[in-house]
Amino acid sequence: MAADKTVVSACCASSPGQDTPLCSCGTDHSTLPEIRTTDSEITIANQFDHFLARWGINRMGHQVEPGLCRIGSPTADSPVLASANYTLSFDAVRSALAGFDAYILVLDTKGINVWCAAGKGTFGTDELVTRIETAGLAGIVNHRKIIIPQLGAPGISAHDVQRRSGFKVEYGPVRARDLPEYLKTGKATPEMRRVQFPVRDRIVLAPVELVHIALPAIIIAAVLWFLAGPVAVLAAISAVVAGTVLFPVLLPFIPTGDFSIKGLLLGGVVAIPFSAAFASTPALPSWALLIAAITPLLIMPAVIAYLALNFTGSTTFTSRTGVRKEIFRYIPVMAFMAVSGIILGIVLYGSRLTGVI
Amino acid sequence: MFDSYEKNTLHYHKDRCINCKRCTQVCPHGVFAEGPEHAELARPTACMECGACALNCPVQAIVVQSGVGCAWAMISAALRGKDMDSGECSCGGADGSCCGVQEEKSSCREGK
Repeated sequence: MAADKTVVSACCASSPGQDTPLCSCGTDHSTLPEIRTTDSEITIANQFDHFLARWGINRMGHQVEPGLCRIGSPTADSPVLASANYTLSFDAVRSALAGFDAYILVLDTKGINVWCAAGKGTFGTDELVTRIETAGLAGIVNHRKIIIPQLGAPGISAHDVQRRSGFKVEYGPVRARDLPEYLKTGKATPEMRRVQFPVRDRIVLAPVELVHIALPAIIIAAVLWFLAGPVAVLAAISAVVAGTVLFPVLLPFIPTGDFSIKGLLLGGVVAIPFSAAFASTPALPSWALLIAAITPLLIMPAVIAYLALNFTGSTTFTSRTGVRKEIFRYIPVMAFMAVSGIILGIVLYGSRLTGVI
Repeated sequence: MFDSYEKNTLHYHKDRCINCKRCTQVCPHGVFAEGPEHAELARPTACMECGACALNCPVQAIVVQSGVGCAWAMISAALRGKDMDSGECSCGGADGSCCGVQEEKSSCREGK
């Protein structure tokens, strides 16, 4: 294969006689994998792929081939950057590298982004060391430096990588868009090292959160349509949208640090109009109106708080200790509210069915 | 009050620090700051227990019980009768697993 020859010539030209196990000239080079070529262009097809990924469609299908890629016209002195084989990750890196000559070493993270893959270890020391070896990186570049995205650090032990592969790990910036400045200055500023969670980053998560609970939400809405009418259906839809779209948007603006409390507060506000609407149902005795008013105030905040708590996994800052504490503190409260709300709803429905009201 | 995130499992043994500055490079929340003799614990309550500092500390001066703060994963583990903490995040698992959500974490995406 033509590409294999490129590897051989690059290797032998750059490091003649260099004593590395994978690239000693004159040995069998045909085992080295080819170096693919990529560019910085994000095509319409790429954008469509990103759109599908954002909606959680074909979740595990957004992958690129692991291995070494060249971008621009890299030489033996060009930088090597590691990335994940998730299209959103890889495309962010290659588009940021417009105008640069570099190598991208794509690790096999099974189509998962760098940070999450690092968290579970697939973007990890073992995978990195293996990729460096199988790509024959030591024979392709003269230097012994590899730039790892900072968010890959939970899976990478820099000193272990150096000991096992000879390559020194340098942690690059958190965001790919800071790569040009990082590569020019060779330094990540404190700003580049900090992870943020701005509204744009929060709102892009809404579609997949919505898709996640679409099926149960539709079933519940259908049941409510027959049992309680269109206002109840609207209440269900409002709760789901508030929990998955409104909550991420308003996250930093809702008081308190706990997601469950934030969710209960947001849920209380969202439930008020429905409580008022049910309380003004004509021709009902006052005890029934009271129950009708209380029911949404119990169920809706509980549902929204639960959705809010589940958003912890999507944020950039919640610790496991804190989330565990939240679960033990608030799940019983949510369960109590939801169950008592449902019981009240059943009482109302039963009373209407039996002609009591 | 209403802040479950004030405490975490991060422990820093300053006396062991060799001032290599790795922790200041890997922490995404500026928990460690550079100091003249050794790294300083600047924002301990901001720790999200990702474990990057401990894994990259060559002298084991940092200890943290790392894990993913994902209620979805922990609740599913508890419902399946498993230990909530053993529950490593099931990234790459079935649709609807925790990291199905987390994988969309855009700061991850942009973090290459």
